Amino acid sequence: MTASLPIEAIHEPLAIPEPIPVREWLPWMVFAGLLMLLGLYFVGAEQGAASLFGGNYVHEFVHDARHLIGFPCH
Amino acid sequence: MTRGYLVRGMLAGVLAGLLALIFAKVFGEPWVGRAIAFESTRNAAAGVPEGHAPVSRTVQSTLGLGVGVLVFGAVIGGLYGLVCAISQGRLGSLRPRGNAMLVAALGFLSLGLVPFLKYPPNPPSVGHADTLDRRTVLYFGIIAAAVALTLGCVVLARWLAARHDSWTSVLVALGAFVVVTALVMIVLPGINEVPGNFPAVTLFRFRLASLGVNLVLWTALGLGFGWLTQRSLTRSSTRRGPTAEASPPVRR
Repeated sequence: MTASLPIEAIHEPLAIPEPIPVREWLPWMVFAGLLMLLGLYFVGAEQGAASLFGGNYVHEFVHDARHLIGFPCH
Repeated sequence: MTRGYLVRGMLAGVLAGLLALIFAKVFGEPWVGRAIAFESTRNAAAGVPEGHAPVSRTVQSTLGLGVGVLVFGAVIGGLYGLVCAISQGRLGSLRPRGNAMLVAALGFLSLGLVPFLKYPPNPPSVGHADTLDRRTVLYFGIIAAAVALTLGCVVLARWLAARHDSWTSVLVALGAFVVVTALVMIVLPGINEVPGNFPAVTLFRFRLASLGVNLVLWTALGLGFGWLTQRSLTRSSTRRGPTAEASPPVRR
């Protein structure tokens, strides 16, 4: 039934993809890195005087997620 | 090209976050509840008045947990997708699914397992508020160290692979990772703020559940992302290659 199909096409349906050139992904990675620093600020310092939102509502809202993912809390 | 990796990463991240959320709800929440009950009992015994909570426990353990884990999954997934875009075709002869699983394993190792071993997660009522800044710096410090060490060992494995066989290269790089990580863990100060009368089972089960949440997240991320990438590449190669398009579906 599938005699016309070369056997390699079954076992290796995909060639190993070529690496994406550095200049293609570098801006994405730099941007993601900067965003991560902002995220660190929210997780690490989003409370008390430096708070962007009033009080510690956001901090308390994701309280259980912080604990169970493993971030330091309290 | 990079765009597709980012989109698939965030998509797989949300799906993985959903599974991790179910795991956290079923296996983690009961122990969070017990830890909070311990805290309340202790505060009542010490005569500390019940403070006004801005968010109720019900919201924290359902909507708050859900939003937190899903957003975390999407963020980690996006970053993971970008790392997969970089590593694809650069780590030996791995195809998309192998690449996805390897990067997920390295992600779990450096963002989950290593920080867990040195600074294990704590349930509510464990940890002093006045040491939070220091604990946060140390926690992110060991994550930064683990990520840097992982990258270093990947570079080392690649360098060795150009000179020796892959088994030797990967094992030597892994060994170097274990030794240097152990040294970092010995040098960094330890933290133990568990109250003397805190129930041991609650602490153990909570920490195990937390490790499980991370393991579920990274495993689902690797499997989901690998599947999505494979599917996407197969489709684009089918569109390009006329021979593949003509072939009938394969039954095995």
